[in-house]
Amino acid sequence: MIFKKLSALSTIACMLLSTAAGAGEIWVTNEKDDTVSVIDTDTLEVIQTYETGERPRGITFSKDFSRVYICASDSDAVQVIDPNTGKILHDLPSGEDPEQFVLHPDDTHLYIANEDDAITTVVNTQTRKVVAQIDVGVEPEGMAVSPDGKIAITTSETTNMAHWINTETQELFANTLVDSRPRHAEFAKDGAEMWVSSEIGGTLTIFDTANQSEKAKISFEVQGVHQDRVQPVGFEFTNGDTHAFVALGPSNHIAVVNAETFEVEDYILVGRRVWHMAFNADKSQLFTTNGVSGDVTVIDVASRKALKSIKVGRFPWGAAFRPSP
Amino acid sequence: MSPYLTSLLAIVKREALRFIHQRERFIAALVRPLVWLLVFAAGFRAALGLSIIPPYQTYITYETYIVPGLCGMILLFNGMQSSLSLVYDREMGSMKLLLTSPLPRWWLLFCKLVGSTAISVLQVYTFLAIAAAFGITMPLFGYLTALPALVVAGIMLGALGLLLSSFIKQLENFAGVMNFVIFPMFFLSSALYPLWKMAESSVLLYTICAVNPFTHAVELIRFALYLSFNGSALGWVILATLVFTLAALWGYNPARSGAGKRG
Repeated sequence: MIFKKLSALSTIACMLLSTAAGAGEIWVTNEKDDTVSVIDTDTLEVIQTYETGERPRGITFSKDFSRVYICASDSDAVQVIDPNTGKILHDLPSGEDPEQFVLHPDDTHLYIANEDDAITTVVNTQTRKVVAQIDVGVEPEGMAVSPDGKIAITTSETTNMAHWINTETQELFANTLVDSRPRHAEFAKDGAEMWVSSEIGGTLTIFDTANQSEKAKISFEVQGVHQDRVQPVGFEFTNGDTHAFVALGPSNHIAVVNAETFEVEDYILVGRRVWHMAFNADKSQLFTTNGVSGDVTVIDVASRKALKSIKVGRFPWGAAFRPSP
Repeated sequence: MSPYLTSLLAIVKREALRFIHQRERFIAALVRPLVWLLVFAAGFRAALGLSIIPPYQTYITYETYIVPGLCGMILLFNGMQSSLSLVYDREMGSMKLLLTSPLPRWWLLFCKLVGSTAISVLQVYTFLAIAAAFGITMPLFGYLTALPALVVAGIMLGALGLLLSSFIKQLENFAGVMNFVIFPMFFLSSALYPLWKMAESSVLLYTICAVNPFTHAVELIRFALYLSFNGSALGWVILATLVFTLAALWGYNPARSGAGKRG
């Protein structure tokens, strides 16, 4: 009896906390199921599964959350979906094999990495026209855009570079070397820093945006895991950009990095081959996509503890948050 | 004060005094599970992959998995230690003195059980505190909800100890208890590996593990530590406690037991 009461109490406490945090949904692309799973951030359960094009990977919402964009890599399209109905509204011309993309702060231009063509395609989501195609390194993947919208970044997996794009001229203005197979890029601290993860190199490189110079490099070491399996991929910043949570791929851990000292403070065990992640509304919980185990692990950001792993489709890849409609 | 309460307090106090005066025993009882937790588990964490099984809701390290089993280990060894002390008491005569009390025999044995369980539970919490210091923590409420599970499991294993002590005539025979009771009970349980993993290698071993009362004691503790209730494990533990207690009472029957005959 006492177990049930305590259990009920903790459930109520969790519900109150999550209601305070703001209800919402985490959308997860399932690479091998050609679907997207929708997780309720209150109940931590899958509430909906929608079909998509082939091999969905990158996912992001429009500013007002009325549209969700999904890279359907093997369909060679970026699909635009109505998140309220799950209906595919139309495709955008994306170039071949789109893997990741980023929506410009103007809410109109999508910067898309075309892995097979070594180009970055810029698409106007209103006119559905290609605005520009920019030659970058071989196998572009990671995409980021600065908060002021002036700089876009493409990382190329084989060339091992971060390519800096002037979004006014849609031309490269700098190329910086990073460690082997750069996967993901993000701007931090109001655009003052640009971070790139290198999967094979096993590092995070931090650049000073003002002069594109390397500011710091972070390595990882997970106890009991061979170094070859420690492969940083997706990462996100907590409120105020004080910490970065970094997915370490087949090491099945998330690293917590202090963004001031660039020290790794913690490692959190999650599912197998953790790839990307998304926060809930107030960034109190983090949802990580675990490709091989086919689930999403929910992490309590304050205590840095994994709370629950939720089964989704096969090979979950990307994740994005939207408030409940 | 009722003579029942007086005897309960006296026997529990005697157990507590024995516990306080034998600090080495207390430390030894903690070192054993800590070696398992900090050495054995560290070595095996990479070798043994665990899937998500109730009561866990996400992936856990091997260290976290074996904590409830090691709590059970403390209770098991203490239950057996208690049986050892009974054999010693009987050889030295103090047990004989205790059993000549006008109070019912079942009450005296129950008091002995309560005393040894209280000491065992105290040791389990000390172990959990040390584990927490090494970063192996349970949900906060879990430490509270585990208490009744630890008491029930402690009484079951204490009753088993009583039963064994009624059949062991000499202290030297205690080595047999180690080989034929403690080790099989511990290794043929879910303390060190989940039963589904055991089923993968041998269905027979899995079946033996599934009927081992120690498995159910460990699962009861595991679920309680994670704010869950395992009804079937509790049922098994209560049933085993009844069987062990009744058999122990039969074993301590003066008409049958060696103590009675010698007395």
